[in-house]
Amino acid sequence: MIALLLRDLKLAFRAGGGFGLGLAFFLIVTVLVPFSVGPQAALLSTIAPGILWLGALLACLLSLDRLLALDWEDGSLDLLATAPLPLEAVVTIKALAHWLTTGLPLVLAAPVLGVLLNLPAPGFLWLVLSLLVGTPAMSVIGTFGAALTVGLKRGGLLLSLLVLPLYIPTLIFGAEVARRGATGIETQTPLLMLAGITAATIALLPFASAAVLRINLR
Amino acid sequence: MTLVVTDLAIARGGVPVLEGLSFRLEPGQALILRGPNGIGKTTLLRTLAGLQPPLAGGIDGAEDQIAYASHSDGLKPTLTVVENLSFWASVFGTHDIQPALDAFALTDLSDRYAGNLSAGQKRRLGLARMLVTDRPIWMLDEPTVSLDNTAVQMFADAVRAHLGQGGSALIATHIDLGLDAEVLDVGANKPKPSPIDGFDGGFL
Repeated sequence: MIALLLRDLKLAFRAGGGFGLGLAFFLIVTVLVPFSVGPQAALLSTIAPGILWLGALLACLLSLDRLLALDWEDGSLDLLATAPLPLEAVVTIKALAHWLTTGLPLVLAAPVLGVLLNLPAPGFLWLVLSLLVGTPAMSVIGTFGAALTVGLKRGGLLLSLLVLPLYIPTLIFGAEVARRGATGIETQTPLLMLAGITAATIALLPFASAAVLRINLR
Repeated sequence: MTLVVTDLAIARGGVPVLEGLSFRLEPGQALILRGPNGIGKTTLLRTLAGLQPPLAGGIDGAEDQIAYASHSDGLKPTLTVVENLSFWASVFGTHDIQPALDAFALTDLSDRYAGNLSAGQKRRLGLARMLVTDRPIWMLDEPTVSLDNTAVQMFADAVRAHLGQGGSALIATHIDLGLDAEVLDVGANKPKPSPIDGFDGGFL
């Protein structure tokens, strides 16, 4: 399992691995929003938590279609399925590698980009915390979507359509934590809901992903 | 470990391709799988490897015993030869990849990126993966595609050594590997067209 994680991380950092794709998209979105909205500091600081969360979500979505498709194309997914590793472990590791190369950089970049959107000072902690709790769910749900569409050529559109509705609860509660944090209201309820969603997806979805992968590999 | 296949029926894309297939694969034995294109050789190997369920019939002794090599080698172009092979070695819980590198003359290429290898060299690397799996039953689908004569000999030697250690192999191939192997021709196992029943027949 460690070998698979290390391989995926190595592949992500090497040429054409796609590390930085999500990060660059996140950067572009948050840099462009002030230009399109205009220089109104008050308005920007109101919409900052929502824009940052939406940007992180779309950045995550952008990198999903290569999550399993590359392994499927070169045949390693077939070989992994016949290896001693259970497919549940394979998809969990794939999701973890995706989070480490896409989700975690987004979490770390968010406070820097928050400055560009005039995020109120108390909001930074809650923004980082909510992204840290919410992004693993996005990786796990995304792996499920990637497993559903793995045999399809150019399945990116279908993948987005399948995954976006599943992202909505995470987006609602994640952005709510960041928004409440920024305006100084208590954040416990949405944070617990967000953590609950993440915990439930991590506990259940790998089994679903492995099951659909088995069917798609036939 | 003996692989016993009894009265197996398999389908590809919902269409039955082989039926009534029975054979045994004993330790130390190699079987050459033959049959015309499209008869279902690849589907049979995928079914035995556990990638798809059979329509009917039984497969005994295959669970966690099979190392499967498909048409594609499963190599990552941005990893080196050694990195590719070590990855599969750790997935299968083995560590020593040197014998596999030696058997397919890959030592000189060990630091090259797999993306820079020729088609034949890639195939050799793909076949070297079989040696690091440490599994007794090899399932090989057209293993000699794009190999030159020397490399085919390397492959035949590797299979012979594997059989000598009590392993077995099922190889779908159209060329003569010079192995002391029986031939399993599945051409006769093509499903008969199912008879038209009275309901459908009424419309014809």
